[in-house]
Amino acid sequence: MTNLLTLSDDDLLDSLQRAAFGYFLSQSNPANGLVADRSVTGSPCSIAVVGFALSSYPVAVERGWMTRAEAVDRTLATLRFFSNSPQSEGPDATGYKGFYYHFLDMQSGRRVWHSELSLIDTALLLAGILTAGAYFTENTQSETELRQLADALYCRVDWRWAQNGKATLSQGWKPECGFLHYGWEGYNEAIILYVLAMGSPTYPIPNSYQAWTATYQWENLYGHDFLYAGPLFIHQFSHAWIDFRNNPDRFMRERGIDYFANSRQAVYIQREYALRNPHDFRGYGENSWGLSAGDGPSPQRIRIDGRDRRFFGYTARGVPYGPDDGTIAPSATLASIVFAPEIALAATRHFCEHYPEIVSEYRLPSGFNPTFTRNGSRCWVSEGYFGLDQGIVVLMIENYRSQLIWKLMSQCPYIGAGLRNADCRGGWL
Amino acid sequence: MRQEQRELQNVHPPDWRNPEPIGRYNMVIIGAGPAGMLTAMTAARMGAKVALIERNRFGGVWFNVGCISSKAIIRTSRLYAEMRNAETLGAQVPTDIRVAFPAVMERMRRVRARISRRFSAQRLSSMGVDVYFGAARFAGPDVIEVEGKRLRFKRALVASGARPKLPSIPGIAAAGYLTNENVFDLAECPRRLLVLGGGPLACELAQAFCRLGSQVSIVQNDPMFLGNEERDAAQILADALARDGIDIHLNTDTINVRTEGNQKVVDLVRDDCKSTLTVDEIGVGIGRVPNVEGMNLEAAGVQYDKEAGILTNDYLQTSNPRIYAAGDVCSEKKFPHLEAAAVDLVVRNALFWGRERLSALAIPWCTYTDPEIAHVGLYVTEARAKGIPVKTFTVMMHDVDRAITDGEDEGFVKIHVKEGTDKILGATVAASHAGEMISEISLAMNAGIGLSALARVNHPYPTQAQAIKMAADAYLATRHTPTRKWLHKQWLSH
Repeated sequence: MTNLLTLSDDDLLDSLQRAAFGYFLSQSNPANGLVADRSVTGSPCSIAVVGFALSSYPVAVERGWMTRAEAVDRTLATLRFFSNSPQSEGPDATGYKGFYYHFLDMQSGRRVWHSELSLIDTALLLAGILTAGAYFTENTQSETELRQLADALYCRVDWRWAQNGKATLSQGWKPECGFLHYGWEGYNEAIILYVLAMGSPTYPIPNSYQAWTATYQWENLYGHDFLYAGPLFIHQFSHAWIDFRNNPDRFMRERGIDYFANSRQAVYIQREYALRNPHDFRGYGENSWGLSAGDGPSPQRIRIDGRDRRFFGYTARGVPYGPDDGTIAPSATLASIVFAPEIALAATRHFCEHYPEIVSEYRLPSGFNPTFTRNGSRCWVSEGYFGLDQGIVVLMIENYRSQLIWKLMSQCPYIGAGLRNADCRGGWL
Repeated sequence: MRQEQRELQNVHPPDWRNPEPIGRYNMVIIGAGPAGMLTAMTAARMGAKVALIERNRFGGVWFNVGCISSKAIIRTSRLYAEMRNAETLGAQVPTDIRVAFPAVMERMRRVRARISRRFSAQRLSSMGVDVYFGAARFAGPDVIEVEGKRLRFKRALVASGARPKLPSIPGIAAAGYLTNENVFDLAECPRRLLVLGGGPLACELAQAFCRLGSQVSIVQNDPMFLGNEERDAAQILADALARDGIDIHLNTDTINVRTEGNQKVVDLVRDDCKSTLTVDEIGVGIGRVPNVEGMNLEAAGVQYDKEAGILTNDYLQTSNPRIYAAGDVCSEKKFPHLEAAAVDLVVRNALFWGRERLSALAIPWCTYTDPEIAHVGLYVTEARAKGIPVKTFTVMMHDVDRAITDGEDEGFVKIHVKEGTDKILGATVAASHAGEMISEISLAMNAGIGLSALARVNHPYPTQAQAIKMAADAYLATRHTPTRKWLHKQWLSH
């Protein structure tokens, strides 16, 4: 492996992006297009990861990492699976009302782990499906079928049902107990969910967005004004597909900012938090920051340097309210490149230089923790890889380099309609 | 036991003789909790002829089975937590930390006995208040009966309080459970305690008993603790409870309780996942219901609802304009200082033709966990529902020097202002001494002082309350717009 530190910025990004894309090649089932949640044996498919995979194939074609025909084959297999798989109230169906269960069996595509019919994960899957529909526009039989399937899969989602009679969308549903009795509160990654739901020509939800944004918190923290959300991924996921530059909704317009600029603020707040390092974790600093959802050392308490330290497994870590156990999510740091390249790239180089053990085959792990050391290691490193981490790296680097995904989605009429229904104005709209 | 006798002598003297009613009272008060006692004292001090009726003990829930008792226990439990964490403050952890539960309870009783001196029946009587013990019952729109005596009044105040809401879980009544009415009578600390509920009482109880040595689980069916409290405050509290070692079950329903030997077996369900807990005691803190029964409110024309309590207008006047209500019997939020806050309002409105509105008062409240969670005024969601644009200035306690030196740097101060102005709409403080800190913001709100003025208030350094000034400074910093900076620069260049 070439020494990453010797590469130019563009070559470094290319190496990291291509390696991240490799996850989708190695962890997918070509027969049905499903992609594993993480790279451990027996991992089920996460439908959100499939959404990232579908969005990554156009990137791979453009970058010459995959032929167009191969990308069409993979995409078509995926869309055919989601189109033909069982949709019912049955406990082992693949989905219901056009939504899909969060985790599916990699082979059969049936629901596993008693997982919920997940709205946000379905939204990320649909974002990938629509990206594919926007990219594969040739008049071949395959690409025509692909576009028809993409359109049909999106249009059959019954968003109104998912409101469960309320103003806002539910988080999910289970055949065993019905709708989960907690909803979305505060700013979070659900903005893409609402845009998709409001852009639907079949089951739109016209008045839901205002009710959701009513829970927003506009805060001044560490000298920065921003729409608060703790973990980095919240400030990234919707932005992987939608270019939010200069097209604020009413809430943001009234504050003179757009969602893109808000994410930039959030990134700087993340760095500021690491500089202050209130819990004295090892390794935090100007170029070592990034709290997000990701893997961790596992739930346990250990006394380190006279302090009781509580560690977590996979969880959403956030700034400044926590939880924070000293675990940095380097993929999330790198995925911030589109918002604040000047600090995201410096941090990535810092990781490569000071923690070379975390980079394997140019790929960044879900998390590493210099406070948690075992058996002579300098830091704990997450085993294997998670599809969400690799997916966000592929898409955000691409948006930074060419804005490909943003351009594709700006051609999708449903996204435009959804944003306009959310009263977003300006920019590419 | 001696403490209990002393306390009883103050709160319900066994040999008490009710006085003979003299003429028509300016005010008759039902209930000698905080609202009743303080109203009686204030009105008597102003020269009013006042009667105060209590069916049980002076002090109500606040004193006998609530705030005072729990705060005394919380203090001891905090000390034990500090002993275990001594190393974080550079001290040595004591080698043998053993909780002497009877001593904890004995101190609680001693504290109660001491405070009861200030609110004794004898003391109120000596202030000119006619004190009656017995069950009060309206006999008409302007007359109350107690122990065979008829008390006629020009104005009356119903401050009969509230009692624990009882759970309707199958099997729990047979298995038995603790509420705030009997938990302070425990002789032994339960080895395994399940707390049902996620409100202030439940959280305080769970943390205190955990720190006193119980293995505590807490179960509630909402996704967050503290109901409508700010999400980040609830999150910080959840983290603190987990750090203490409490087993937390959110979004979880308790569906059945059964007894097996001396143990209570509790079935839980979260979404579709079922689980079982085996405990020695169950504590219930799922809310409170108003004491509206037995007073024959109908005879006085006082409208009420069994769940919501006595219905009042913003002047705390009931459907009978001569009769007022205050405290837990009519308030959605049940804190003793909310009762105390209503006292002046009731006295002025009832006796001096005042027109003061409860909604005009900025009344803070606090949950006495560690860290404490205090709030005053509007929440962000409430303000936005009223169409008020809100901006929040947040200072983390980890940036406050005194909080760092004290090893109490968990939490934050959030002050909400109307956007574009310095008008304070509300605030939430999550900090070790949040209950003390919130008062400064309450004062500002009640006095109509804006956040920019708080920036000019000098605070002793270092104090944890400096967080409030830091939030005010952050506000001022946002006023330094580029135009202003340019103007300043021009001015200074002359």
